[in-house]
Amino acid sequence: MSNIPVELKYAKTHEWARINEDGSVTVGISDSAQDQLGDMVYIEVPEIGQTVTAEEACAVIESVKAASDIYAPIGGEIVEVNESLADTPETVNQDVYGEGWIFRLTPTDKGEMDALMDADAYQGFLDSEEH
Amino acid sequence: MPFIPHTESDVRDMLDAIGAQDVEDLFDEIPASLRIDDLSGVPEGLNEQQISRLMMERAEADGRPLCFMGAGAYEHHIPAAVWELTTRGEFYTAYTPYQAEASQGTLQLLYEFQTMMAGLTGMDVSNASLYDGASGMAEAVLMAVRGNRKSKSHRILVPTTVHPEYRNTTHTIVNNQGIELVEVPYDPEGGHTALDSLKQYEGEDIAALVIQQPNFFGILEDVDALTEWAHQQGALVIAVANPTSLALLTPPGEWGGKGADIACGEGQPLGVPMMAGGPYFGYICCKQALVRQLPGRICGRTIDRDDRVGYTLTLQAREQHIRRSKATSNICTNQGLLVTAATIYMSLLGADGLKRVAQACHANTRKLVTALTASECVEPLFNRPYFHEAALRFSLPLDNIMRPLHAHNLLPGYVLSKDYPELGDALLVCATETRTDADIETYAGHLNRIIESQAAAGCPVKPKMA
Repeated sequence: MSNIPVELKYAKTHEWARINEDGSVTVGISDSAQDQLGDMVYIEVPEIGQTVTAEEACAVIESVKAASDIYAPIGGEIVEVNESLADTPETVNQDVYGEGWIFRLTPTDKGEMDALMDADAYQGFLDSEEH
Repeated sequence: MPFIPHTESDVRDMLDAIGAQDVEDLFDEIPASLRIDDLSGVPEGLNEQQISRLMMERAEADGRPLCFMGAGAYEHHIPAAVWELTTRGEFYTAYTPYQAEASQGTLQLLYEFQTMMAGLTGMDVSNASLYDGASGMAEAVLMAVRGNRKSKSHRILVPTTVHPEYRNTTHTIVNNQGIELVEVPYDPEGGHTALDSLKQYEGEDIAALVIQQPNFFGILEDVDALTEWAHQQGALVIAVANPTSLALLTPPGEWGGKGADIACGEGQPLGVPMMAGGPYFGYICCKQALVRQLPGRICGRTIDRDDRVGYTLTLQAREQHIRRSKATSNICTNQGLLVTAATIYMSLLGADGLKRVAQACHANTRKLVTALTASECVEPLFNRPYFHEAALRFSLPLDNIMRPLHAHNLLPGYVLSKDYPELGDALLVCATETRTDADIETYAGHLNRIIESQAAAGCPVKPKMA
């Protein structure tokens, strides 16, 4: 049973998004995703200043068994990336919703958050994917 | 792992195990209309005696002229041990031997090769080889575009002093990927890429600058100044370097303040015979920061669960069997056999030996140039230092000289007019460590006699290029 914090929103491509106090949005991958991928070895983070649209591939996460694209859950401008992942990619496995965050963006349209799933919907989505 | 063909009883056992009558049964899903009835276009097979005879006759037609041609492939002495070892069955017949469980010997060799190439080029990392120098340069260009995240232009500056085949091949490979190769003309006096010819690109968005050293004319480029200029412009530097020359010249990793970003080139000079053009191998090395953009196989060293040293392919998430269309390249192999030869060659020669080879090449080419330019009708095209190859201008038509020289069983050099028509009757000559003083005298002797007989009416001396 994977951990799905209720305060976050989730994309079909298994990214989570959190609205911060200043209106920016932090993005990472879900517990289910890190579990499926296995031990992380490398994260290619986006460029600061890069503009992304919703569902655009903007980062790559590499584990011992696969390399997977990470998609922006909503559109915006990348304002910060998690530099520490370069030295300790395993943080994504160990603290996937905390220190394992991947990038933060200033949203172009906060309304796009509504298109994402809440925790219950994501749980339901995961259950249906299993069949 | 040796190759062991199936015996008839092996085949019988396997067919029995799966319940098939014969091997043909396994193809019964293919509609009859798609099956070929016969191979009537293919001639009857020859037996070993017949084929040996045929091949001997063919080989004699090749001839063994005295070679003074370089232009990308060089005749070097290859110690006998190199191919004695390389043709061992374990190396020679192994097919795609990359499994860590089964191929530790091969993987260790690849690792040693990578270590040597990184050392020779002064870079941080090497891959386990590419197909050849030309496609190696194409891969380097693709890598630079991916790796230079600040540049959006996908424009690469390519001096015309870079090997014409490398430029053509690179164009073929990258042209449909939205990458523009911008030609930078050479300086007509020096035969090099002058900093002045780059001035017009200052302030523009350039992804990378390619620098060949020595360049196609054998001329030494100002690698430090060119590298500094490129880095100041935010462009990456791709070095295309002859590996023998690296024993003497400053390696790409030490060019300019920060060194070249990618070094690539043709590995043929390292223990690979000329073989009428191939197979050869390409090498590619880079700085640590770009390692995830490196194409091809990379071998790493690690420890197994019993703490023993082991070798394995690594960083495979760049490769297409994992990343598919987002892989760094579609190459999924390397030139293992030639890399084996190169690694043994470099091990036998050592750094000192390779340096002596390079020194001998340089000394012999200088002797060759002196001997040939003794004639009034031959002079150097360019006035800058060169290494192991030189471009010469002839003041009478080259065709009239080449044919008789060929008849004397000489390969006088590479005719430059096809790729550089503006140079007129120009020849690129080369003398490696394999050319003796007697060989050079033979060439010069024949040349002078031919010129004398041609120039009965006097040798028209053209004015020097202004």
